[in-house]
Amino acid sequence: MRALATTLRAELVGEGGVVERNINLTKRYIWWDLAWFVWTVANTLTIVFIAEGIEATGGQLDVNEVMTSLLIGAVIWAYLGVLFEFLMETVAWERWEGTIEYTFMAPLSRAMHLAGQGLFAIMYGLLRAVFLFTVCALFFRLSMPDANFLAAFVVLTVASVSFLGIGAMTSVLPLISPEKGTQLGFVAQGTLLVVSGVYYPVDVLPGWMQFLAMFSPATYALEGAREAILEGAPMSAMWDEIWPLLILGVISIPLGLWIFQRGELYAKKHGKLKRSG
Amino acid sequence: MTDIHDAAVLEAMPLRLDAAVEVHELRKEFSRRDRRRGARRTRVALGGVTFAMERGETVAILGQNGSGKSTLVRLLSTLLLPDGGWARILGHDVVVEPRAVRRLVNRVSVEASFFKKMSPAENLGYAARYYGMTASQTRDQIPEILERVGFPPDRRNEPMENLSRGMQQKVALARALLTSPVVLLLDEPTTGLDPRSKLEVQEFIREIRTTHDSTILLCTHDLNEAEILAERVGILDRGHLLALEPADDLKRRYDAVTLEEAFFAATGREFEAEHDEDEDEDREVFA
Repeated sequence: MRALATTLRAELVGEGGVVERNINLTKRYIWWDLAWFVWTVANTLTIVFIAEGIEATGGQLDVNEVMTSLLIGAVIWAYLGVLFEFLMETVAWERWEGTIEYTFMAPLSRAMHLAGQGLFAIMYGLLRAVFLFTVCALFFRLSMPDANFLAAFVVLTVASVSFLGIGAMTSVLPLISPEKGTQLGFVAQGTLLVVSGVYYPVDVLPGWMQFLAMFSPATYALEGAREAILEGAPMSAMWDEIWPLLILGVISIPLGLWIFQRGELYAKKHGKLKRSG
Repeated sequence: MTDIHDAAVLEAMPLRLDAAVEVHELRKEFSRRDRRRGARRTRVALGGVTFAMERGETVAILGQNGSGKSTLVRLLSTLLLPDGGWARILGHDVVVEPRAVRRLVNRVSVEASFFKKMSPAENLGYAARYYGMTASQTRDQIPEILERVGFPPDRRNEPMENLSRGMQQKVALARALLTSPVVLLLDEPTTGLDPRSKLEVQEFIREIRTTHDSTILLCTHDLNEAEILAERVGILDRGHLLALEPADDLKRRYDAVTLEEAFFAATGREFEAEHDEDEDEDREVFA
């Protein structure tokens, strides 16, 4: 029992080390991150402007509601991008710096290593999503009188657990293909969101895509966030989104970890952990 | 050419149950698809290496690039999976019990790999956490160990990218020692350093030998370094360990005055301090 407690403590300390490292790195690259944030704001504005564009060309729509809906989609897209990027960097950045072998030979379990990376990604991503939402909402002077931001935040946080599982699956790609693995991670992100109704209701998708949407945590995150912000749905109403997210999380986390470990074994078998040059 | 698998050599060097490092018939191959020929080409990186090291012993492995030194270190660090044979650290198999092995081993490689924007203190801090060391434990230990390796205190918080290679390598040594490894794997720790930094790093390795209970496996190109730092010197050539004996015995065995002559007699090749073929690159070519 005591040995188990010691091991658990060491694992938690190790997980904290991953978070600590990422905090230090973020501090060192803060100006680059701010520049990237400006790009994200610009990208989000272009998407939200679409609603005004439709109205200007004669379309009949509730501009405020459509803009808010598009904003929620764009913010979740950006959030997922940050999450996947951090998980992808588990391998890609470390390989670039040359530290990957030191990390992978440390006695920290891969589960806690990825959990630490994911924990920081969630904290950083949520903070960034709140800023992004606020900046764009103020820019467009969007009116959200009934919004239940807390409920939206909770749904997004719960969805993050499932996102981490999927992110772990994609983060192994740079181990298998150092050159193209990272790009393939973006393919996963895009595919996930296209079936989840990122800027439109899932109902408009073809039947087979609607079927796939049931298995995407982003579907429930988007639905929950829109219900909470646009309709002011209470926390209790979020359960319809939270239970599928919990089920998807229970499946995706061990599956993601298993896939990552298979990739790690492949890399160790073929000498691909470290890439020279 | 004397192969370590000769009965006489094996008899003189039996595997011991209480050994810090045991390696038996360890084999690793890398292969790649040859697009022109459409077939897979295989290169043997380690062709069945056997040896053992006692606790507290320092063994140097001499070999040209591509001889399998880095592959051996990576196999012992659990960074590669062997294709045959086995290796144990204090009785723990590197494949079956990798986490137990990782707690006992640390490594310094030819490249002092760090997050370049982070400072030495930050790099050592997070690395120590991976070994379960808390912030309160490392608060005093990091400055102490950096001082011991001769790192100037006023540069502790500078980004690594501002430091010379020699200084970075000192931080790498500090990182390895911070976790108090039972087995320290040094993979060409002084290659590419200026003479002064090289001497300082060698002096520190000597100090580790006397003050720590560490078992040290030193892979090097430097014949002098091997002779002054190690109790036994091994010659690894094209994946085969040709001999592993005290330097003087090696010279006697090959009727040589210098270790360089012994190396030549054992391998039939000149010892090249500088080389044109890098083992890592070679590994990647065949990966």
